[in-house]
Amino acid sequence: MIRLFWRDLALAFRSGGGFGLGLGFFLILVTLVPFGVGPNSERLMAIAPGILWVGALLACLLSLDRIFALDFEDGSLDLLATAPIPLEGVVAVKALAHWITTGLPLVLAAPALGFLLHLDSAAYRWLMVTLLIGTPALSFIGAFGAALTVGLKRGGLLMSLLVLPLYIPTLIFGAEVIRRGAGGFLVATPLAMQAGITAGSVALLPFAAAAAIRVALR
Amino acid sequence: MASIWEWANPRKFMAWTDRALPLLSVLSACIFIIGLVWGFFFTPDDYRQGATVKIFYLHVPSAMMAINIWGMMLVASLIWIVRRHHVSALAAKSAAAIGMTMTLIALITGAIWGKPMWGTYWEWDPRLTSFLILLLFYIGYMALWEAIENPDTAADLTSVLCLVGSVFALLSRYAVNFWNQGLHQGASLSLDAQENVADVYWYPALVAIAGFILLFVTLVLLRTRTEIRARRLHALEMRERVQGQ
Amino acid sequence: MKLISVKNLTVARGGMPVLEGLNFDVSTGEILVLRGPNGVGKTTLLRTLAGLQPPYEGTVDAAPDTVAYAAHADGLKSTLTVRENLMFWAGVYGGRDIEPALRDFNLDSLSERPAGNLSAGQKRRLGLARLMVTHRPVWVLDEPTVSLDVASVALFAAAVKAHLASGGAAIIATHIQLGFEETVFDVTPYKARMDVVRDDFDEAFL
Repeated sequence: MIRLFWRDLALAFRSGGGFGLGLGFFLILVTLVPFGVGPNSERLMAIAPGILWVGALLACLLSLDRIFALDFEDGSLDLLATAPIPLEGVVAVKALAHWITTGLPLVLAAPALGFLLHLDSAAYRWLMVTLLIGTPALSFIGAFGAALTVGLKRGGLLMSLLVLPLYIPTLIFGAEVIRRGAGGFLVATPLAMQAGITAGSVALLPFAAAAAIRVALR
Repeated sequence: MASIWEWANPRKFMAWTDRALPLLSVLSACIFIIGLVWGFFFTPDDYRQGATVKIFYLHVPSAMMAINIWGMMLVASLIWIVRRHHVSALAAKSAAAIGMTMTLIALITGAIWGKPMWGTYWEWDPRLTSFLILLLFYIGYMALWEAIENPDTAADLTSVLCLVGSVFALLSRYAVNFWNQGLHQGASLSLDAQENVADVYWYPALVAIAGFILLFVTLVLLRTRTEIRARRLHALEMRERVQGQ
Repeated sequence: MKLISVKNLTVARGGMPVLEGLNFDVSTGEILVLRGPNGVGKTTLLRTLAGLQPPYEGTVDAAPDTVAYAAHADGLKSTLTVRENLMFWAGVYGGRDIEPALRDFNLDSLSERPAGNLSAGQKRRLGLARLMVTHRPVWVLDEPTVSLDVASVALFAAAVKAHLASGGAAIIATHIQLGFEETVFDVTPYKARMDVVRDDFDEAFL
């Protein structure tokens, strides 16, 4: 399983797509928003938490269909399913690799982009914390969506349709943490809820995703 | 023989629904019409809301059905996963479109009612938002059914989606409550609430709800029969192709 | 010693049974070659043996971790080198030593090339070399010789022989003569009959 993890990382680095693409998308999205809503810094400050979270979510979505689709096309998924490692482990490892190549860079880049949107200075800490806690859930939920649509023609669009509603709780709690943090309020409740969603997704969704892959390979 | 699962055998299902459907259709049409006519024309206008309150007889039952149909799909999906009854999976598929329609009716009647009451068609109120999210779940579920060619694979994957989706739908409901405290009144009907709607409104509402439930049962049986016929057609085609080789 | 034992097996593709009533055993040192026209269900049978899909009826008895499966797609990553691809699969199966596999399939000189640069035949050789690092006794192979030249087929045949000599077995769907003492098993007579009513699956709808 460790080997699978390193292989997925190596593949993401060498093909160049996984790493830079999500970040670039995140940057473009954040750049576009002021064009849409105007350069008024107070307005930007008000919507910054939401924009940063929605941006992270979409950037994450962008690379999701690569989690299983490539392995399905070249036959690796068949072979991994007959290998001595459990498919649940394969899913978990791949979701983790996806998080490291997509979610983690977003977490690290978010403060710079928050700066562009005049994010309240008190909120930076919470921006980092909530993204760090929340983005693993995005990868694991996304892996589940990718597993449901593996092997389908034009599965990418369908996957967005399936995955985005599942992202709603994470998004709500994430943006709420930043908003409350910026206002100097208590953040414990939304943060705990978000951590709970992440923990639940990481613990349970690999089983659902593995079941879906087994069905799809049949 | 005495097992209730016998009823879920496709052939048996077709036989008993064939007998039950005419009766059921008439019954549900009657109750549905009685409930709505009673509600619309034979109840007094509300002293604050005037006649607008009467959209209640469409809004509340459809909203209840929208949620309960998802629950029924969840049960049907579980039955498919555990016992692999094809009719169960097809019933879940049939229910989804009805559930989506109910959600839409609830949203639209809500918007129409909302305009005179709150002065706006749409507000990002927790209840309204939850229904919008529910609509997204229905759309995703139906899209997954449509996208997969093999019917058994589709049944399996949509069942898994229904299970996981239910958990996330509940989470969303909670999250949305947390996110915005809304305009919407609390549940209009509940059995133990101190402050409930007056009896004059309450009885026609019960009839309307019964009408909606019967309508749903009728439609779901009808649609399931259609799905079974489609499956039969598919099976015949497959056999033909295999024999043709 | 029996490695894999099939009893009264029916396999289905897309919910329709394609082959039925299959009974066979494969023991140490045996090769079973499956034959039959295209579309008769050889791939479905092999996927069932590999555990990728459940039997429609009947049983496949094998100890866990018995079967190594190789199909049309080789499961190679084009950006990884030959060595890295093989090391990955060796690691998945808990091994480290890939040198014998590289040597037997004449991949030594290619070992640092990215798999994406290989020709179709070379890719196939790499895909088959993967079998050697799995250390599993029963190789289940679906048309393994596609796009191999004569010399490569000989390499493959030698590898299979060595595998059998070391106590393995193989079930191969192929149309060419590989030149060993194989048991030929023509699946055509087992084609599923369509005029019987079954209890389950689509048949229940008829």
